[in-house]
Amino acid sequence: MTISSVSLVIAGSGGAGVVTAGSLLLDAAAKAGWYALMSRSSGPQIRGGEAAAMLRFATEPIMSHDDSFHLLMAIDWDNITRFSAEIPLSADSLIVGDPVHGEAPAGLLAGRPRQAALPMTDIAAKIENGRPNMVALGAIAALIGLPADAMQAVVEDNLKRKGQAAIDASMSAFHAGFAAAADLPAIPKLPAVSATSGPRWSITGNEATGLGVIRGGVRFVAAYPITPATEVLEWLAPSLAKVGGMLVQAEDELASINQIIGASYGGVPAMTATSGPGLSLMIESLGLAVAAEVPLVVVDVMRVGPSTGIATKSEQSDLNIAVYGLHGDAPHIVVAANSVPDCLFTTQWAVHLAEAMQVPAIVLTDQAMGQARAILPKPAELAFIGQRETAKQAVEGQRYKRYAITGSGVSPMAIPGAPGLTHTADGLEHNEFGTPSSQASDHQAQMDKRNRKLTQFNYGDHWADIEDSEVGAGDTAIITWGSSTGPAREALRRHAAAGGKARLISVRLIAPVQPEKMAAALAGIKRAVVVEQSHSGQFYRMLRAFYDLPAETVSLHQGGPLSFGPGQILEQLTTRSA
Amino acid sequence: MEAVAQKYKAKDYKSDLKPIWCPGCGDYTVLNSITRALAELALPPEEVAVVSGIGCSSRIPAYTSVYGFHGVHGRALPVATGLKLARPDLTVLVTGGDGDGFSIGGNHFLHACRRNVDLTYIVMDNQVYGMTKGQASPTTAPDWEGSKLTPEGTGINPFQPLVVGLASGANFIARVSASDPINMAQIIVEAIRHPGFSLVQVLSPCVTFRPEQAEWRDIVRTAVVDYTDDAARAARRLMTDDGFNVGKVLFKGSRPPFRPEFEHTDGSVAELEARFAL
Repeated sequence: MTISSVSLVIAGSGGAGVVTAGSLLLDAAAKAGWYALMSRSSGPQIRGGEAAAMLRFATEPIMSHDDSFHLLMAIDWDNITRFSAEIPLSADSLIVGDPVHGEAPAGLLAGRPRQAALPMTDIAAKIENGRPNMVALGAIAALIGLPADAMQAVVEDNLKRKGQAAIDASMSAFHAGFAAAADLPAIPKLPAVSATSGPRWSITGNEATGLGVIRGGVRFVAAYPITPATEVLEWLAPSLAKVGGMLVQAEDELASINQIIGASYGGVPAMTATSGPGLSLMIESLGLAVAAEVPLVVVDVMRVGPSTGIATKSEQSDLNIAVYGLHGDAPHIVVAANSVPDCLFTTQWAVHLAEAMQVPAIVLTDQAMGQARAILPKPAELAFIGQRETAKQAVEGQRYKRYAITGSGVSPMAIPGAPGLTHTADGLEHNEFGTPSSQASDHQAQMDKRNRKLTQFNYGDHWADIEDSEVGAGDTAIITWGSSTGPAREALRRHAAAGGKARLISVRLIAPVQPEKMAAALAGIKRAVVVEQSHSGQFYRMLRAFYDLPAETVSLHQGGPLSFGPGQILEQLTTRSA
Repeated sequence: MEAVAQKYKAKDYKSDLKPIWCPGCGDYTVLNSITRALAELALPPEEVAVVSGIGCSSRIPAYTSVYGFHGVHGRALPVATGLKLARPDLTVLVTGGDGDGFSIGGNHFLHACRRNVDLTYIVMDNQVYGMTKGQASPTTAPDWEGSKLTPEGTGINPFQPLVVGLASGANFIARVSASDPINMAQIIVEAIRHPGFSLVQVLSPCVTFRPEQAEWRDIVRTAVVDYTDDAARAARRLMTDDGFNVGKVLFKGSRPPFRPEFEHTDGSVAELEARFAL
């Protein structure tokens, strides 16, 4: 293993303060100079349900959870076995529970983890206004090597408004837990970091998504709430106002997609964010945006489907609808973010692509990265700005052709307000002027041009992230996309540490497909493992349809909400690579 | 005012495209009244947009010389909402039929009235789906047996667009007849001038699938009372009216048009980013 890290879960019932405790721990880790990733899992209850905060801390950037957790800190055991499949524990793991809540449920013990008791409730009872979750945090800090003064600073920040007494109560409970940890079995400690390598951010994938579209130039957003995309919209509402844009809450997803079509037709770059059920409702109008050539961005924060599925948990199973869902031949962009920080890159790029080609772009992220918070190196500045080719002046004696046949396929777009360039944008097939036409020749010419826009565009190197093992690419590749990239990346590094060669290809531009670029990336590759979180292997089937893959290509796929651990992918590499 | 009014003529707002409508269709008159109204308002064509969904009457945008958007079935109001909010400088009209507006687009109709964005919605109501060759629409009488789809009639009461529009918050409500284009143009002028969401129902006969609607020109009567700004009074009148009182504005509200209310500041993207920095 090349990454020195420690992984832990804090779990408990509603009111136990699990998510609060996780957030405090994450903030304290930030103060200590560490990098971190925090995911959360929760039950279906609106409020007060069981919850688990899954955290991994490291002294260098991380993009994935580990194969198992070193520590499960259970504030109580209520409904905890609902998470047991998502909390892999091994013989090296340690479960810490509060004796007042009894024994650990058998469902957690399959991996034969070590067990220990921490009387959080009793310790907290001896402190005025002491809470068990702060006792737990103290014990966690002591176990993983987190300096107490880092937590002191965070608690002071968070409880400033509640006054010094509240701060003192929390810190007393924290120190009591810290001291009590001396009696607990050890788990790996992270070294203190004296100086970090550079500026760091604390950001969620959904926040990064919002920032990406604003950076790209979006100034109109229509919103209909849906788990797990709502945070994108809630972050955007006040943030857009700060940069002179606006967010409107629509009556449904049919309205939100059509509102952004209207705004974009009016010349203002526009987007919405949704999840699978909302994307399904938007599909007809996405086809309208293709036909009428209206640029826009739709972010799909994927969750488990089909239908309502599991609204709070992650899956990479909207690939098919994003690529093939539109009726007719409807060329459009589908891009996928592959990490929390890549939500920023990919959405900003999507705005650029949509505006440049006057086409709708679907961005696929998912619950796992959207609702994860990471402490990571400050993301780079990006040059992508949405820039639409507009028609500004009427040419004397010539009627404006909104859908003029051009070499690039892109026709300069007149924005309402421009004199002499009035036209009707239409979802009906049309001729170059936009006049409805049912003639075969017009249909052919317009289909050719709409397709040409996408095929002739220069996507540069951004179509995929390609990374070789430190000791070389060898002849084995992992091909993956989206959230599965994190564990694949870590598998590649572990493989390299053991002297193994391999290449990682994480596809960002899902559609249009890039056969020539993929062929170049697969030069010299004899075997490939395709990794994705979908029950039917949607990505594998798409690769099979559009790309020449090595003869020895295997598909590693499973439905959500379970994600692949780095070890599962590493096992494929070690057994298959030469 | 006179000099300005002469700046444009109705024909300046018409394209040279020949409508696909049947001879005698009421929608020809509506097109004429819209262009006449725009001329009276002397709006530069490039500062007007007409948005529509799908159906016979939704073809209007391409028959005008202003900016047009012809979208999908039932979604004209959200397109127009996004356009007007993003571009408050434009005058935005929405045109469509009873099926487009009250059936497939019914939810948007409710919320467009409620939201009260400054739009003018002109619904050509002919109580039938004409483009698909004659099926019952939401405003069709329950015992109309003229469709193969519902040979025994629909058996359900017609949708009451003006009552529902009033209850949902429309800020201006009028009913006009396609048989009186001059009056219709005047009402459209008023509707465009009135701030907020203006609903104009046009009794626009379908001569092909509802030939009996040719009688409408004889049945309609000019409403005897002038508009009220009292919603309760307007509701009583609309609930008791037979649908043929035309030619006058029925209700004018005074709600200010919707604009999203955020505290706008002259911030920068860098300020947003700073919140993530540790």
